[in-house]
Amino acid sequence: MKTIYILWLRQLKRYLRSRSRIVASLGQPALFLIVLGFGLGPIFKKAGGGNYIDFLAPGVISQGILFTGIFTGIELIWDRQFGFLKETLVAPVSRFSIMMGRTLGGATIAAIQGVIVLVLALLVGFRPYSFAGVVWAFVFMFLIAFFFTAVGTAIASKLEDMQGFQLIINFLILPTFFLSGALFPLNQAPKFLLVISEFNPLTYGVDGLRESLMGTSHFGLPLDIAVLAILTVIALAVGSYLFSKIQL
Amino acid sequence: MIRISKKNAKAAIKVTNLTKKFDKLTAVNGISFEVEEGEIFAFLGPNGAGKSTTIKMLTTLLLPTSGEIVINGFDPLTQQDNVRASFGIVFQDPSLDDELTSYENMEFHGVLYKVEKNLRRKRTEELLKIVDLWDRKDDLIKTFSGGMRRRLEIARGLLHHPRIFFLDEPTLGLDPQTRNQMWNYVKELNKKEKITVFFTTHYMEEADRVAERIAVIDYGKIIAQGTSAQLKQQTQTSTLEDAFLSLTGHAIREEEASVQEGMRMRRAMWRGTRR
Repeated sequence: MKTIYILWLRQLKRYLRSRSRIVASLGQPALFLIVLGFGLGPIFKKAGGGNYIDFLAPGVISQGILFTGIFTGIELIWDRQFGFLKETLVAPVSRFSIMMGRTLGGATIAAIQGVIVLVLALLVGFRPYSFAGVVWAFVFMFLIAFFFTAVGTAIASKLEDMQGFQLIINFLILPTFFLSGALFPLNQAPKFLLVISEFNPLTYGVDGLRESLMGTSHFGLPLDIAVLAILTVIALAVGSYLFSKIQL
Repeated sequence: MIRISKKNAKAAIKVTNLTKKFDKLTAVNGISFEVEEGEIFAFLGPNGAGKSTTIKMLTTLLLPTSGEIVINGFDPLTQQDNVRASFGIVFQDPSLDDELTSYENMEFHGVLYKVEKNLRRKRTEELLKIVDLWDRKDDLIKTFSGGMRRRLEIARGLLHHPRIFFLDEPTLGLDPQTRNQMWNYVKELNKKEKITVFFTTHYMEEADRVAERIAVIDYGKIIAQGTSAQLKQQTQTSTLEDAFLSLTGHAIREEEASVQEGMRMRRAMWRGTRR
């Protein structure tokens, strides 16, 4: 337990000390909220979709968590490159607790990032429909964060350097975001888009968050939670297996 | 100083027929050696001879292809955590967290090694004072020079009172003052606490001065073992450097740089190197 705690604490300290990184990582969500929110808002309203900012906010929150989660997971590569990973791997502690501590730390950071985007959304006019919903939203934010950090860690266990990094952004993060129903309603999407989205983990995160904050949902809360929880367990299992195989 | 007969001393490290193969390369080829408790042992060899690969296997970071290792009576394959708890290590490359302070790096290590809180704080203070970093305890590592980082790594490696201390090229890039100070401390520690010291270096005068016994490894095989005097006698040379060159030849070895090293270089250049 103490091992997990100290690794978690380390991640958090590093995060809080890199203020420039926190600010920089908010640029993109802010851009999405403001440009898409205000730019497409009138058209969305005319088409009968209601307030686009309200629709968009849960999607952009998910996007913030997705990006941060994957990146904090992948930070493992930095630790490998700059030597700190060795220090943890020669220590008399189980590989599983090292992986858990790292992932929990990364997930906490990603979830905090989600909360900051939520505050940002409130500033540009987003209003959740109930207070209780916000509590559920925190549950979803953490689940999304936990899942994607575990995925990032699993990927990083197999990658030796940053060369594959661009690849991950282009072929993993961006499609995951665009095909998650974050930007458009799935109900009216063409069949093929809907089918692809149904295989996208983030779709369930966005949907659950939207249900929590706006009270509208495509799949319903129970399915959203179940899918995310099961996927998180699988990602953790795969992640800790790959992590335990790391040799230096 | 008269040494107790080697036969009676217990082995801190015992390696038998140790081999490590990577795809087509045999990095370590059936080496055997013993280091007894309380001994200072130098492991010498040209670049790419198999020194670091051996240390990685001894310290559970790498699985051997075949052969046997016993560290403080434990097997690194089946009793990993016992082995891990019983040694401290200073790696060839930096291994500190740049974004944490020196005190935090020590805390992190102490918690991982389950050193009880009060003891951890007490030893951290002691060790940081010894390596002259106590007044910098709350400074981030990224503001530290190469020498300071090394000193901190040594203090950290000793925090959990290891029985064996591995030092993989610990003095690389340090000035003579820091080197001298570092070795004095390690020797004192060895004398007082009977800690076994296993180190690699490229500075032959260092090995000559510090090590009680020396093994020379080349192309993955141990080609000579003994005291510095024995090696000189065996090769009929007057310095350890000459003995080393006579054993390993004069040709320059090229070591293939790993991706990691490339990245580190680039980063160091980008930030203005401190090491």
